Amino acid sequence: MSTEPAARPVLHQELTLSYDYAIGEVAGTFFDGLRDGKILASTCSASDLAYLPPRAYCERSFEPCDGWTEAGEEGVIEASTVVVRGFEGKRPTPVAIAFVRLDGVDSAIANYVDGVDCSDIDAAVASIAPGTRVRVAFAEEREGRITDFSFELLDA
Amino acid sequence: MTDPVGVISTFQTRFGSRHPDVTYVEQAQQAAVGALHAAGMRPDDIDAVVYCMAPTFFMGVSDADQWAVDHVFAAGKPFFRIHTGGSTGGSAVHAALGLLRSRMFRSVLVVGAERLNETADAQEILNLTFDAFYERDMPLSTNTSVALMASRYLQRHGLTERDLARAPVRQRRSALKNPYAHLKGEITVDDVLESPLIAHPLKLYDVCPRSSGSAAMILGDAETIDAFQPRPAFINGFSSVSDTYWLGDRLSDEADLDLGEMEIAAVTARECFGRAGITDPFGEIQVAELYDPYSLIGYLQLEQLGFCAGGEAPRLDAEGTWDLHGGGVAVNPSGGTLCTNPIAITGLVRAIEAANQVMGTAGELQATGVRNTIATAIGGMAQFTNVTLFGDDHRDTQEPTR
Repeated sequence: MSTEPAARPVLHQELTLSYDYAIGEVAGTFFDGLRDGKILASTCSASDLAYLPPRAYCERSFEPCDGWTEAGEEGVIEASTVVVRGFEGKRPTPVAIAFVRLDGVDSAIANYVDGVDCSDIDAAVASIAPGTRVRVAFAEEREGRITDFSFELLDA
Repeated sequence: MTDPVGVISTFQTRFGSRHPDVTYVEQAQQAAVGALHAAGMRPDDIDAVVYCMAPTFFMGVSDADQWAVDHVFAAGKPFFRIHTGGSTGGSAVHAALGLLRSRMFRSVLVVGAERLNETADAQEILNLTFDAFYERDMPLSTNTSVALMASRYLQRHGLTERDLARAPVRQRRSALKNPYAHLKGEITVDDVLESPLIAHPLKLYDVCPRSSGSAAMILGDAETIDAFQPRPAFINGFSSVSDTYWLGDRLSDEADLDLGEMEIAAVTARECFGRAGITDPFGEIQVAELYDPYSLIGYLQLEQLGFCAGGEAPRLDAEGTWDLHGGGVAVNPSGGTLCTNPIAITGLVRAIEAANQVMGTAGELQATGVRNTIATAIGGMAQFTNVTLFGDDHRDTQEPTR
């Protein structure tokens, strides 16, 4: 294993930075939709693709995304995990997350999976295995942020 | 007919969690001095410097490449910083290759340093890599992204976390012979399985350490090779490929290139091997230094680069196929990225190890009968991949086939 050199003095600094990120038209439309209890995917008539997260431009067809469609209320888990360690300031761990492809959409979007009993990690992981169907659950109080919704198991 | 470009010398420091005896730039200087000494060169013999530097948040000095200019003897010369995340070191070697093959310069120093433990906030910094609007509110990091990839790979091939656990066992044992490696030692599959769970199926021992250290490589054209190195490692193949930022476009059955299999690596390898005239990687390549910060990632590359079929790499590991001695291909005889990960220069260390094998300077890690070796590097959430092929002779490279 590694050996740690003798401790020497360090110079301690704490950096506090703040940002105001421009959301823009596309994400703004998406987050307005969340407030209304809808998940809006951008669509491209040239490629016939529906994107989540939404895009301004379809790089596959080299044409702008020119429409919006409401994503299905259910979808399929494409990748999932139960996060156990390593994060402060998010939801308390252990916590289930997944990339889900909602019905009618061609790409997957990440969010928490609610209602997963994480007391047994193996059982929790099995319950959210890729291929599992889930539905969208909206928060009662919505603020126009990605955490306005999450996924839950169909039998939850 | 392409111009030959060869590795003149390499240098790396011992890697560890911290190096409190030197500052970041002093550590970069150790590598620059070390590579120059190894080549028998002085700073005036270097025409240009390519500097490896990944996210600056890790060390808290914005664009610290500026701080390093004096230390790596770049004052008075062209200086180029390269940053493609974890693939920075591989991209830097490719940048140097381009500078030399274009005949802009005759000799290029590739150098960099990294320290990842001077902040307690590494996971938060990695989380900042994710989209601010759609992804940053979730616990997404490299750790959890690889866990998500693994959920697809293990399910598709009917494998378990136990199958992944052989990689750190083999590589920490290999690293015992590498004086520069960070983590090393005898561990068992059960030790891996019993190490703390990070994000299912990844345990602590499936994950690389955060390493501090520095490294450098000097590359030269035919004239520089003649003057300084009778036994160079020639770069006979290279390829870099980028993919979409959006994980959800890649973690899906609808994906162009499935991240669960890391299919981008297959595209990258095809192009590199096409240039080098390699048609049978398993038969023609003796050593593979793969960028494998997680047990899963080395196996995915072995499969996607064509060393074995999909889902087969873990089983072949159990049979000893990837061992340094008695195996088919020596995979990460240095211990690889699983044992040492100084992000900004990890790709450079892979290239150094692969080049050393060709130059016969790999010490106790040396494989026998080496003619071709590869180094890979991966950046972003496997968004950037590159492959470099080193050979013991300059073999005229072919046009890439996509």
